[in-house]
Amino acid sequence: MSPATAARPADARVPVGLLVPSLVGLALMLLPLAGLAARAPWTRLPDILGSEDVLTSLRLSLATSTVTTVLCVACGVPLAWLLARTTLPGRAILRGLITVPLVLPPVIGGVALLVAFGRTGLVGEWLYETFGLSLPFTTAGVVVAQSFVAMPFLVVAVEGALRTTDRRFEDVAATLGASGWTTFRRVTLPSVAPGVLAGAVLCWARALGEFGATITFAGSFPGTTQTLPLAAYGAINRGDAETAIGLSLVMVAVSIAILVTLRKRWVSGR
Amino acid sequence: MDAASSAAESRTTVEVRGTVTVLAAASLTGSFEQLGDRLEEAYPGLDVVFSFGPSSGLVEQVIAGAPADLLATADTRTMAAAVEGGVVEGEPVVFARNTLTLVVPAGNPGDVHGLDDLGREELRVALCEPQVPCGAATERLLETGGIQAEPDTLATDVKEATALVSLGEVDAAVVYVTDAVTEGDAVETIEVPQAAEVVNDYPVALVRGGPNPEAARLVVEAIIGDLGQGILAEAGFLGP
Repeated sequence: MSPATAARPADARVPVGLLVPSLVGLALMLLPLAGLAARAPWTRLPDILGSEDVLTSLRLSLATSTVTTVLCVACGVPLAWLLARTTLPGRAILRGLITVPLVLPPVIGGVALLVAFGRTGLVGEWLYETFGLSLPFTTAGVVVAQSFVAMPFLVVAVEGALRTTDRRFEDVAATLGASGWTTFRRVTLPSVAPGVLAGAVLCWARALGEFGATITFAGSFPGTTQTLPLAAYGAINRGDAETAIGLSLVMVAVSIAILVTLRKRWVSGR
Repeated sequence: MDAASSAAESRTTVEVRGTVTVLAAASLTGSFEQLGDRLEEAYPGLDVVFSFGPSSGLVEQVIAGAPADLLATADTRTMAAAVEGGVVEGEPVVFARNTLTLVVPAGNPGDVHGLDDLGREELRVALCEPQVPCGAATERLLETGGIQAEPDTLATDVKEATALVSLGEVDAAVVYVTDAVTEGDAVETIEVPQAAEVVNDYPVALVRGGPNPEAARLVVEAIIGDLGQGILAEAGFLGP
């Protein structure tokens, strides 16, 4: 806190009309986390989290989210560049469409994926007939479902970074004879690296938490498609609250770690 | 309409109205919705609201304090958890029974002829999760036949498993006879001789402290009475 704000006594006179609703909002957000902490079987936690089932889903979650992030960076960065740097016709519509998965209920995304990439789907039927490839119920299907929901996070973050960088360096590189690809690789990419990194972390976190599209499109099977959130859902459904809470704590810890990292390095406004 | 009207006559002393919330196993979806419509016709002030899902999940919801009036599960094991949790009123009543069958998409693309085929590695198979009644029954059925199945996905409830077959996303699934009936031409049923040995009992019970016990009792009477039994039999359920 800066000395100027610390010296102001106004902090003591918060209007009740603002204080009460903000406390209600705060309680709504923090009480569930407090509930998890209070009901957590702390002493049995190492056993629960060390069990083979939990480790299997944790490993699968970490692996799929990481592959998803690599895929999203590989495709999302060029896509963001296309949106920020070219005068593609229908760019505004394209940008709108890309953000659809951000607001779409993930289960609906899963239904859409099934209709498109399922064995009898629009593209899926052709994939299956031609290559014998079928995505549902495979780990690749999990990555596809996660990419569908997580890609927009990366594209939006990188496009924002591209729009705020100084384009004169790119212009100078071009006048010095650098090709478009070289300019992108040597000038553009380094200048938006923090944006790409922030986008990748958000993308990874979103992929890790993916539930609806995954269970609808990829199904749920231990070791193949049952990621951590799916395992938590299965646990609470069979009445195993201890395991569900244990898995939830892992997700909360990862989420907090990501936010702290992001805040310190890229998002901090100070 | 006869059964519903006779139920109406027998209860003229009490006005049954308001909303009654019924948590029911996914496999009861079609039958109970039909029953609800008939009851709402007979009692204009009554609103029967259903929430269908996996029995084990429904029991969890009731234990967690879901404001429901009635609980109907697809086996006695899940209902026992509700009784043990002290969330139901009185003794649960068995109102129907169900058996399993093997279903495949129309045209049988996986060339499935019996339970043995479920062990084929290349076949896409959906089974219910072991914790839901249809999954527990499937495990017993496979044990009876000494079959080692190789499922590709574990569905959260029987309706999901059935839908995957009718969509053609899996080559085979083990579901209830009643779900195969509901799907009509979209699926083909493969006779499973061992299935007669694995029978699920469907119990119903009032939820303790439910908001509308009067209406809940009326719905239970309708389920175990002629109206409900007629609808359930038509859907392929066996009598209690």
